[in-house]
Amino acid sequence: MIEERLSIAKRTSNRFLFMIGLGLVFLIVGIFITMNSTGHHGGGHGEEAAAAAEGGHHAITWVNRLFSNLWLNNVYFIGIAVIGLFFTAVQYVAYAGWSVPIKRILEALAAYLPIGGILLLIIFLVGKHQLFHWTDETLYIKDNANYDPILAGKQSFLNQPFYLIRMVVFIGAWIFFDWWLRKQSLNEDLNGGLEYYHKSIRISAIFLVVFGVTSSMSAWDWVMTIDSHWFSTLFAWYVFSSWFVAGLAATTLTAIYLKQAGYLKVLNANHLHDLGKFIFGFSIFWTYLWFSQFMLYWYANLPEEVVYFQERFHGYDGHYAWIIFGILFLNFAFPFLVLMTRDAKRQMIMLKIVCIVVLFGHWLDFYQMIMPGTLRGESGFGFIELGALLLFLGVFLTVFTRRLASASLVPVNHPFLEEAVHHHV
Amino acid sequence: MRQKQCTHIHQTIKRTMTNKKYILGVYEDEDVLLHAIENIRAAGTKIYTVFSPYPVHGIDDALGIERSRLPIAAFLYGLTGLSFALWMQIYMLGFDWPMIIGGKPHIALPAFIPVSFELTVLFTAHGMVITFLIISGLYPKLKVPVMDVRSTDDKFIMAIEVKEGVTDVNKLNSLLRDNGAIEVNEKEVTK
Repeated sequence: MIEERLSIAKRTSNRFLFMIGLGLVFLIVGIFITMNSTGHHGGGHGEEAAAAAEGGHHAITWVNRLFSNLWLNNVYFIGIAVIGLFFTAVQYVAYAGWSVPIKRILEALAAYLPIGGILLLIIFLVGKHQLFHWTDETLYIKDNANYDPILAGKQSFLNQPFYLIRMVVFIGAWIFFDWWLRKQSLNEDLNGGLEYYHKSIRISAIFLVVFGVTSSMSAWDWVMTIDSHWFSTLFAWYVFSSWFVAGLAATTLTAIYLKQAGYLKVLNANHLHDLGKFIFGFSIFWTYLWFSQFMLYWYANLPEEVVYFQERFHGYDGHYAWIIFGILFLNFAFPFLVLMTRDAKRQMIMLKIVCIVVLFGHWLDFYQMIMPGTLRGESGFGFIELGALLLFLGVFLTVFTRRLASASLVPVNHPFLEEAVHHHV
Repeated sequence: MRQKQCTHIHQTIKRTMTNKKYILGVYEDEDVLLHAIENIRAAGTKIYTVFSPYPVHGIDDALGIERSRLPIAAFLYGLTGLSFALWMQIYMLGFDWPMIIGGKPHIALPAFIPVSFELTVLFTAHGMVITFLIISGLYPKLKVPVMDVRSTDDKFIMAIEVKEGVTDVNKLNSLLRDNGAIEVNEKEVTK
């Protein structure tokens, strides 16, 4: 098998830089627009929402909207990055042969983790009061008017030092395992032999145990605590499944683009078929989790639980209702019906359409997880949203493609490479 | 073991049933077999079927077997199951015997989804299995002619039907041997 080196044209990397620049411009334009419009328009709504919110929040301004969007995109792209690492580990532990052609794409996805981790820390430290109600110190002072016995009861877990420790430890662990696995993978390319493969399996097995805990807890920390009073035991899986489908779609989309650009000669319709099955299956899995969470809360109708869905279906004059139905269509009905046949999973154009739809659908899924808690009825789709998305997408694509180009696209000494070449479904 | 002549195994069953004669090419290697299938089909010979001890990757395409249309049937069974489940629940709980359960509306669609899902799966699974059994002709006491028992062990048997007056047996014999058959036999099957 011959090495394949991806060379990124100057034009392409400039395009990513342009994306970042355009994103920044949009953000600034969006901030100015929101600044001026919240003066008279947002005022009435803001008071209304503030009165409705527990703990007496301040009015929603452009600051809230900015930080919510930064947080949303960062959490979304960190998820895709860590799924790259997770899926690599799964392939090792399963002794999988089919996935060898896409292995380097998965590894490259994780390149965003260090930048994402630093941004996560910065956004939290700067914008915590805009994002997380529980960071308000007055909630925990007994004689204060804001005293909240429920949140005070959660304080042993939900306090800022412990939260920051968890954030650093989780991201740190992911970066460490990514570095460790990537090292084995690159050394295997140079030296060959089975030693690196066996070591990778052991590392992967440890990582999967670590990931089981850290992925769940990061989903609580980074997404669920935005709605500080609300909790769901299923939420971690729900976030994971959303990340997973997005990560699979990103992998498939990259594989198709590389194939169409003349790279990845090993990859054929059989590998795409398997990726298509993964996207199809885990879209159903996501729906299953969404519905499992929804139905129990809807049926039991306990106020402290159902408030989450009340907010999203009926709250703020149905502000989020179309998103809820929208994500069910984009993330379930669409991939389910389109990817059902064998032919669709083997055709690049079909997979491409589904991947793009699903990537947007899961971004929207995170939008509806985060925005009602931080912006209440004041969220929207404008320059800030587009700008933040472009900014993070540009950064993600830059580090992703850079790592993709830093090693052979085909892991030349992988013991299952030959099997992958003859993969047939 | 190389026999130049065809071994004739005549089954002297004389009943009023139709007898069919097959030429059997015996192959030892999977890759040789796959190439043989391509060449023999390219030579214009119709292969009745190939018996193999295990599933051979790519043999369906080589033999030109069309993909099963069972998935289409499955989709339709699924739709039937879904429609039936929704109709049943809406009719029963909405019209025939309305009850208030948990303060929910009579026709509470979220509560119907688990049952709808189960019935969709049930209809699809049973429909597929029954359809498969019928179209494959798999019913109790089915007799399947065994062309060569070694196809259950380590040999691949390629069967080609002999049409009286049309098939040139000698030519077929050499075609099979040229394409790597280690033996060529003849067998009559009573249907």
